[in-house]
Amino acid sequence: MKDEVTSREERIENLKGMGCSRKRVEDARFTQGKGNYVDDIKLDGMLFGDFVRSPYAHAKVVSINTEEAMKVPGVLAVLTAADLAPLGLHWMPTLAGDKQMVLADGKVLFQGQEVAFVVAEDRYAAADGIEAVEVEYEELEVLVDPFKSMGSDVVLREDTVDDAGKPVDGAHGPRKHHNHIFTWEAGDKDPTFEVIDAAEVVAEETMYYHRTHPCPLETCGCVASMDKVNGKLTLWGTFQAPHAIRTVVSLISGIEEHNIRVISPDIGGGFGNKVGAYPGYVCSVVASIVTGKPVKWIEDRMDNLMTTAFARDYWMKGRISATKEGKITGLHCHVTADHGGFDACADPTKFPAGFMNICTGSYDIPTAFLEVDGVYTNKAPGGVSYRCSFRVTEAVYFIERMIEVLAIELSMDAAELRRINFIKKEQFPYTAALGWEYDSGDYHTAWDKALKTVDYAGLRAEQAQRVEDFKAGKTRSLMGVGLSFFTEIVGAGPVKNCDILGLGMFDSCEIRIHPTGSAIARLGTISQGQGHATTFAQILASEIGLPADSITIEEGDTDTAPYGLGTYGSRSTPVAGAATAMAGRKIRAKAQMIAAYLLEVHDDDVEFDVDRFVVKGAPERFKTMKDIAFAAYNQAIPGIEPGLEAVSYYDPPNMTYPFGAYVCVMDIDVDTGTTDIRRFYALDDCGTRINPMVIEGQVHGGLTEALAVALGQEIAYDDMGNVKTGTLMDFFLPTAWEVPNYETDHTVTPSPHHPIGAKGVGESPHVGGVPCFSNAVQDAFRAFGLRHTNMPHDHWRIWKTANELGLHG
Amino acid sequence: MSKKQHYTITVNGKEEEFLAEPRELLIYTLRERLNITGPHIGCETSHCGACTVTIDGKSVKACTMFVAQADGKDVTTIEGIGGPDNLHPLQNAFKEHHGLQCGYCTPGMITRATKFLEENPNPTEEEIRFGMAGNICRCTGYQNIVKSIQAAAAEMSAVREAAE
Ligand code: FES
Ligand code: FES
Repeated sequence: MKDEVTSREERIENLKGMGCSRKRVEDARFTQGKGNYVDDIKLDGMLFGDFVRSPYAHAKVVSINTEEAMKVPGVLAVLTAADLAPLGLHWMPTLAGDKQMVLADGKVLFQGQEVAFVVAEDRYAAADGIEAVEVEYEELEVLVDPFKSMGSDVVLREDTVDDAGKPVDGAHGPRKHHNHIFTWEAGDKDPTFEVIDAAEVVAEETMYYHRTHPCPLETCGCVASMDKVNGKLTLWGTFQAPHAIRTVVSLISGIEEHNIRVISPDIGGGFGNKVGAYPGYVCSVVASIVTGKPVKWIEDRMDNLMTTAFARDYWMKGRISATKEGKITGLHCHVTADHGGFDACADPTKFPAGFMNICTGSYDIPTAFLEVDGVYTNKAPGGVSYRCSFRVTEAVYFIERMIEVLAIELSMDAAELRRINFIKKEQFPYTAALGWEYDSGDYHTAWDKALKTVDYAGLRAEQAQRVEDFKAGKTRSLMGVGLSFFTEIVGAGPVKNCDILGLGMFDSCEIRIHPTGSAIARLGTISQGQGHATTFAQILASEIGLPADSITIEEGDTDTAPYGLGTYGSRSTPVAGAATAMAGRKIRAKAQMIAAYLLEVHDDDVEFDVDRFVVKGAPERFKTMKDIAFAAYNQAIPGIEPGLEAVSYYDPPNMTYPFGAYVCVMDIDVDTGTTDIRRFYALDDCGTRINPMVIEGQVHGGLTEALAVALGQEIAYDDMGNVKTGTLMDFFLPTAWEVPNYETDHTVTPSPHHPIGAKGVGESPHVGGVPCFSNAVQDAFRAFGLRHTNMPHDHWRIWKTANELGLHG
Repeated sequence: MSKKQHYTITVNGKEEEFLAEPRELLIYTLRERLNITGPHIGCETSHCGACTVTIDGKSVKACTMFVAQADGKDVTTIEGIGGPDNLHPLQNAFKEHHGLQCGYCTPGMITRATKFLEENPNPTEEEIRFGMAGNICRCTGYQNIVKSIQAAAAEMSAVREAAE
């Protein structure tokens, strides 16, 4: 089988492999309303479950009366902690080594906490049932402030103290107080303090990175179906980590893992919200076992914002020291982390504050020290990585604000201050003061390109003119130039230091080549909009020489996909993408032997060329991958097993470190506090680029989520622990009207340890975008003496800042 | 629970008759009763637009209408806008210009855009951004959605001109 003669360029193009903007294969069904999301699943006799939730943030549950609820037409069961306790399921382990109540066990710790689970024939009957459940509460003192919580006599969690009322050790060591969860440290305390105390210049600042929420457009949900005849449990759900969910369900339910099948169907966005295990999953499984019928649970938007997976909520206190010329000498960061009522952070086990220790950023800082104290309060549990890799957003915000504050202290230009402190190209691989080994980078080139493209000097001149005009009463508008340069740490991660609940964070790919030269590949990850079906096929196309259009990518079904730790923390490309390339290379190695046999030459005498193996020095003698696939299944080849399949489990040797340079130009109306983003330039370096169109889409989306967080999005509580932003009326999601057009750009610095040099990009724009938007707002007021003000910079807060600076006359 | 009533609604050209409680929201009638799962649910408070359908020629958020209010009306969902053999130019443009990622907002977005382009066949970018502001997307940042709508508008007006 010879194929028609085509040029090498055409053959490359036909593959639609790495580097091309292949259109997405997912889109046909999504644009025609044929996606299959969890709430679209409908099974025979399926029931609907929903929660009775606590109206109080801290209260004793005196009694629960379900009698009236059981009389409501259509209600079949009402589960309470008392029903779950005999099964040991009234509490469940969290990903952070803590445990969480599935249903209120004697008390509630946050508003919206799950108290009882009503199972009914449909949503309306369930809602009627919820109304009829009578719960008697006895209110307790509410602690919403972590600093007050750390000084309070009130014990939030009885399991944090012994019989004498003394704090007992938590999952990450000793507690300083009964409401304290852990202390986590990185770096050298004494040397850092010595350097800072002796420094020529020190800048200090305290900043609050407010609580927010990933809020994907689709909320969390699941359908549990226990088939009592064959003993198998099938669980469909919005899971960013289906295999981990299967293992957790097995461990806590006692159902053997082979009898559990977890399926993540199409997922309507995740952004970290769908990593954890929630009470709704446990209750649905139990309800299906109890009733013998499939049970669906779907959060409504209030449930989602109030209970599952908040993000951030870090109080960060920093000290940064430098020489008079601006060379940074030391950095100290202390974080008070508000984790709510249960520590349900989704971080690798050994990192209770995630990768916060990337907070030295892109700078060559010789000595640093970080300490994080986790604290319980009467707020919802969570602490997930909202479009970021384990607290990297907090870390980058911290350092990019500290740089700005230091620039003010030094009366220096913030762009120049960054430039003189960047890690230099020749310093990579670079070991940072807090321990990470950065794989590759070329920060100066990226920075220069960014500043040149936006005409940085011109912008500063324009800004100075604006300040003058403002002072002269000619305008009421100020101009901010926001800068950020970020280094991310993604692709968790090496099994030696990264696991979740003991599960090593490798990932996997299994490939089967079909006889006619098409293929299916299955991965341990799961797309939530990233377009894996499109981009992983491109990696494979380039690796194995079959067209991407002939490769099906499948994820999310634990019965068929190889084990993997899922999709979050930008780990799909760095880890599963690497597994895909490695599995592809195994295919290619076998294909080489088959080709050599067919061409009657030695294995070493053939070489791979785009879509075929050619005899070295005789390119007219070749076998295409299609020929080889056919032969693999149809010809007896001595010494070679039939078939063409491979599987790879990839344990990355290191994380990857994408980076980027962002500039935001913003006008601010001093009298209304409104902001107008005039220009946003984003240069990303994510190493090797698989699909530029998809990368650009990720950048647009991540920047928009960054804009939201910086300019208005928050989960706010009042003193009684009431959530003030529980609907989309109060919780800011930008519409097309508020969002600017973004200019995207790139440099390419491949990862030296990744098989294809790719680093991951999905979260970079969020991580780098938040400080950039925030810096733009703050920079506008720098000329009037502003040092720092906390996000979110909504119109009211900006107006207040202007007012406090005396700009309203 | 209230007494079930008899309703008749035309959905994507097909007349549907059924008994339902008047309090049932139209989005559930469509999704659960009639198995039309294209329109999605993102908020149930008429903020996100994931549930957008067209009723008697107007864009309506189906989470904000009781089935009783839809009695006798003509409803079009994404399923009625185009399929494999007759793709609407907007469906094609969203794919060509990467106007979607997770796809959850897409049916509502495209349904709204069909109406929007009827109201304003040659919109400016600003008009698109304003006219589409009732539909939230969490993934794309809107830039490529705007591009997709511009491309579809251009294609549709070229077709119109050719027909004239
Ligand atoms: S679900 Fe109807 S507008 Fe959000
Ligand atoms: S594509 Fe995900 S919400 Fe729009």
